[in-house]
Amino acid sequence: MPRPRLLITLALIALGSLFAALFFGTFPIPVVQVFDGIFFPVPGTVDDIIWKLRLPRALAAFACGGLLATSGVLLQVLLRNPLADPYILGISGGAALGALTALLFGAGIAAGNLAALAGALGAIAIVFALSFRAGDWNMHRLLLTGVVLSAGFTALISLLLTLAPQAQLKGMLFWLMGDLSHAGASGPAWLVLAASLLTFTLLAGSLNALALGPLKARALGVAVSGLQAAIYFGAAVATVAAVLLGGSIGFVGLLVPHALRLVGVNDHRWLLPASALAGGSFVTLADTFARTAWAPQQLPVGVFTALMGVPVLLFLLSRKP
Amino acid sequence: MLRVDQLAITAGSRTLCRGLDLAVAPGELWAVLGCNGSGKTTLLHALAGLAPAAAGRVTVAGRPLAGYSRRELGRTLGILLQREDQEFWGTLADYVMLGRYPHARSLFGWSAADEEAMARALAAFDLEPLAAQPYGTLSGGERQRARLAQLWAQDPRLLLLDEPLQHLDLRHQLQTLELVLKAVHSANRAALVVLHDLTFAGRCDRVLMLYGDGRFAAGAAAGLLQPERLEGLYGCRVRAFGSGPDAHFIPVI
Repeated sequence: MPRPRLLITLALIALGSLFAALFFGTFPIPVVQVFDGIFFPVPGTVDDIIWKLRLPRALAAFACGGLLATSGVLLQVLLRNPLADPYILGISGGAALGALTALLFGAGIAAGNLAALAGALGAIAIVFALSFRAGDWNMHRLLLTGVVLSAGFTALISLLLTLAPQAQLKGMLFWLMGDLSHAGASGPAWLVLAASLLTFTLLAGSLNALALGPLKARALGVAVSGLQAAIYFGAAVATVAAVLLGGSIGFVGLLVPHALRLVGVNDHRWLLPASALAGGSFVTLADTFARTAWAPQQLPVGVFTALMGVPVLLFLLSRKP
Repeated sequence: MLRVDQLAITAGSRTLCRGLDLAVAPGELWAVLGCNGSGKTTLLHALAGLAPAAAGRVTVAGRPLAGYSRRELGRTLGILLQREDQEFWGTLADYVMLGRYPHARSLFGWSAADEEAMARALAAFDLEPLAAQPYGTLSGGERQRARLAQLWAQDPRLLLLDEPLQHLDLRHQLQTLELVLKAVHSANRAALVVLHDLTFAGRCDRVLMLYGDGRFAAGAAAGLLQPERLEGLYGCRVRAFGSGPDAHFIPVI
């Protein structure tokens, strides 16, 4: 498929996923009323449900998915490892440790988010300091530091879960699985998404060269060290913004970029915007399922990103080229 | 074009070359000869600013290496790496196009001049029929030509070529040799070529021999390409057939 047409298709899918998120829910609203509610809002129950409940959540889901997919693309170029995803550098582990500690002590959402932010920034600082300390910017060391730190965080999180009283346990588990039911305002996340997408789509030529390896990229005239640092911090900020909104929603950052690469989108000029659109639509749809499949019970969205993502990726992988 | 003052090249704790002084003028073609591990590739990386030299100064087109931004240097100096990662996301044409990176003026795509340079480079190395092939499906020799074409698209004034003839068939070896000679002698560029092929070396103007133990020899090709010098360099017996640029050197078994 020609690239511009692919991007337009993905944009239409994104709009469709947002509309689906407004239409489906525990409280049945006919399609006509959804349209009316969007374009001619009249104060009332329907209006409240659409504008105050479903739309903010749909926007949060979309921002989360877009951020995670963008971060996944960036880290896969930086680490030159197909298994890299937004969580590989321990950022979500640090955030989870912070958030869970706050939840354990019965803190509110604001304090929980603050603790998550502190944990994530702590993890970023530790990984950066340890891997940069040797003087050069070695991607293997960066990757290993992140993986080792993640393992440490996982152990501490297990310890917290074991010690946690029954009452707090469910909230903590939902946080770990990725859950958008407590998502706050998504404005900052959308800003981060727009900024990172713009920055790195403009740098797409350098990313394309960096995909050939740092030595080759430098030989072609890319200022590699600066670019790598920019990618690291860009991906870290995108991950933090997503994790603060929806907890650790798994699989998006791995699945979406690979699915697009498998259908032939490799040039980063197209891959970055396409990933953001596809990732956003994917999480929005998954979250709509999570809200409605077992209604009135709300399921964590992270379960559905994996349940929907695994068969898609397995199909694409097994397809004949 | 290129000046090297008191350069030292090391690998781990070994000093491969010490006190190297070189002056490469435009229109000069240099062969860099030496045994495996004698520091040829490390020298080229130091000259291209890819790895810092242990000591010494490198000046490219009158400016010290440190005074260049990476992109500016990419327009002046290009290096053909001996090895690079085999994976690439796109077609052969996409790959060759990346050679235009240091020239790109717009963030949104390539200019007509970039497209032309890419097409000329593809044509020079007989790669037009393969332009739309995914890079990953090319053979070893085709990839070597693709790398050369990328460097030709980059179009630098100083070329550093690390074993440009590896993997190439006889015809493409000859073609590459002719393209290098043309770039240097007709277009007034300068090139340093790491070689194991002494026939190619015979076509060069000057020769740099690296002994790998700190010593080096630099001078006119005619003076250095003598059986006794080559025996000292490679540590095997060498016999010469013919003379001048047409001389052939055969190891004696």
